[in-house]
Amino acid sequence: MSVANAILQGIFLGAFYAVLACGLSLMFGVMRIINLAHGDVAVLGAYLVLVIVQGTGLSPLLAFVIALPAMIALGYVLQLTVLQRALKAGILTPLLATFGLSIVIQNLLLLKFSPDVHSLGASAGGLTTESWNLFGSISISALGLVVLAVAVVVFAALHLFLSRTRPGWRMRATAEDPDAAELIGIDSRHVYARATAIAVAIAGLGGLFLAIRSVFDPGSGPTQLIFAFEAVVIGGMGSLWGTLLGGLALGVAQTLGAQLNPEYAALSGHLLFLAVLILRFGGVRLVRFGARA
Amino acid sequence: MSLLAVEDLDCRYGLLQAVRGVSLQVAEGETVALIGANGAGKTTLMRAIAGAHPPHAGRVKLDGTDITSLPAHTRVRRGIALVPEGRRLFAGLTVEENLRVAAASRTGGRWNVQAVLEVFPFLKPRLHMPAATLSGGEQQAVAIGRGLMTNPRLLLLDEASLGLAPVAVDAVYRSLADVIREGMTVLLVEQDLGRALKVADRVVCMLEGRVVLEGEARSLDRDRIVNAYFGLRRAAAGGTGA
Repeated sequence: MSVANAILQGIFLGAFYAVLACGLSLMFGVMRIINLAHGDVAVLGAYLVLVIVQGTGLSPLLAFVIALPAMIALGYVLQLTVLQRALKAGILTPLLATFGLSIVIQNLLLLKFSPDVHSLGASAGGLTTESWNLFGSISISALGLVVLAVAVVVFAALHLFLSRTRPGWRMRATAEDPDAAELIGIDSRHVYARATAIAVAIAGLGGLFLAIRSVFDPGSGPTQLIFAFEAVVIGGMGSLWGTLLGGLALGVAQTLGAQLNPEYAALSGHLLFLAVLILRFGGVRLVRFGARA
Repeated sequence: MSLLAVEDLDCRYGLLQAVRGVSLQVAEGETVALIGANGAGKTTLMRAIAGAHPPHAGRVKLDGTDITSLPAHTRVRRGIALVPEGRRLFAGLTVEENLRVAAASRTGGRWNVQAVLEVFPFLKPRLHMPAATLSGGEQQAVAIGRGLMTNPRLLLLDEASLGLAPVAVDAVYRSLADVIREGMTVLLVEQDLGRALKVADRVVCMLEGRVVLEGEARSLDRDRIVNAYFGLRRAAAGGTGA
């Protein structure tokens, strides 16, 4: 029973990782940009919600709705000013640019908010504390359910956007061949800016969940980035539904590892990540060499 | 006034000069074939007209308006559509998505999915299949249809027969003839001289980045074209020689 409970808690945790990873996956899929500032953008979103909560006394969820337009605008401007220039300069430049951006965001947050640890758990009220017990040993928390539901809705909405709407087709077309997309009248800069705006908004959502379920400080971003990156790679780079599954798998691996020993939580997640890397890339190479021999 | 006017266009790739001082006009409703050996600069010229290759010097005018500085996606809105060499379909999108993604935002205009299917009826059963699963001829039809979906005033067609089976080339050109009959202005690159002469009103032959011969498709002597195509100036000047 405790294993079943660990798996369930892993799914709840994994849904959080999936939300964090969603924007990272989208930006890689559309522009082949690995956004090293993605975790810091999420933490920035958490601070934005914190400021609104402290200023207005609203619940964190409502405060996020208010913060959302600002996050979308931030993503749009970020793409048009920084990332677009970086993209023109070759494949490695966006990596450097976002690495720099990560440092800038961390230090601006440090300057404004000090290194103190914050949390939105208390302001979220019942959402953080409410939980139900099943069969005595399985516990279902309200927050876990909400995060899981939101994760499924976010991925489903993004899937519908990409597969059913014309802006979505334009995004997929530009992702496949930006040059050919330009030749049928698609402004790739606009499409890219839209993708980054969506990615930053969803990163902000991840930041909100981070702030409610635990604590954050200006340096929390890189850790979130690592988990998000592992979720993307486990699920397969560039695949949206894969990222959701990758996040869930990472979460389950961590809680199962913690079941053995609480110190093994992060480690077992990393081990899953390494195993996937070896199976997918190392394994394929072995097969190819075998076929040639 | 001509719909498209290219004036003294120079295009370079670094030190390599691919197009050297080319001037060219295409009138409304006209079909012009651009011919020439590999490396003559045909594709570069087409891409420069579409806005995909920034020229080094010279001007491109549409309807008398200078559009040289406009990016490709804005030129599409002005009415220029390039069907690129090698088709360049969006492989992960279905045929229908490939067509509809190109549809102009403004409503109206002659071309929609229904109209494209009337010209290329063999695409009908393929509509919901990923573009990557189609045969070469079908892919070329989708590529042309995708260009038409932007409701162009000028259709640029780069090597529509490249890598296709002869029977597929016939099918594509039959449909293209329907489009031309309806009054579409077309500038096309074609390696097959016979086919170019058959479909075009006028032929422009390029050699090493320059226009070396230009004239009505009906009145041009095939030998003169072949000489210009391969740069055999001695024969062209001598007249009776050889």
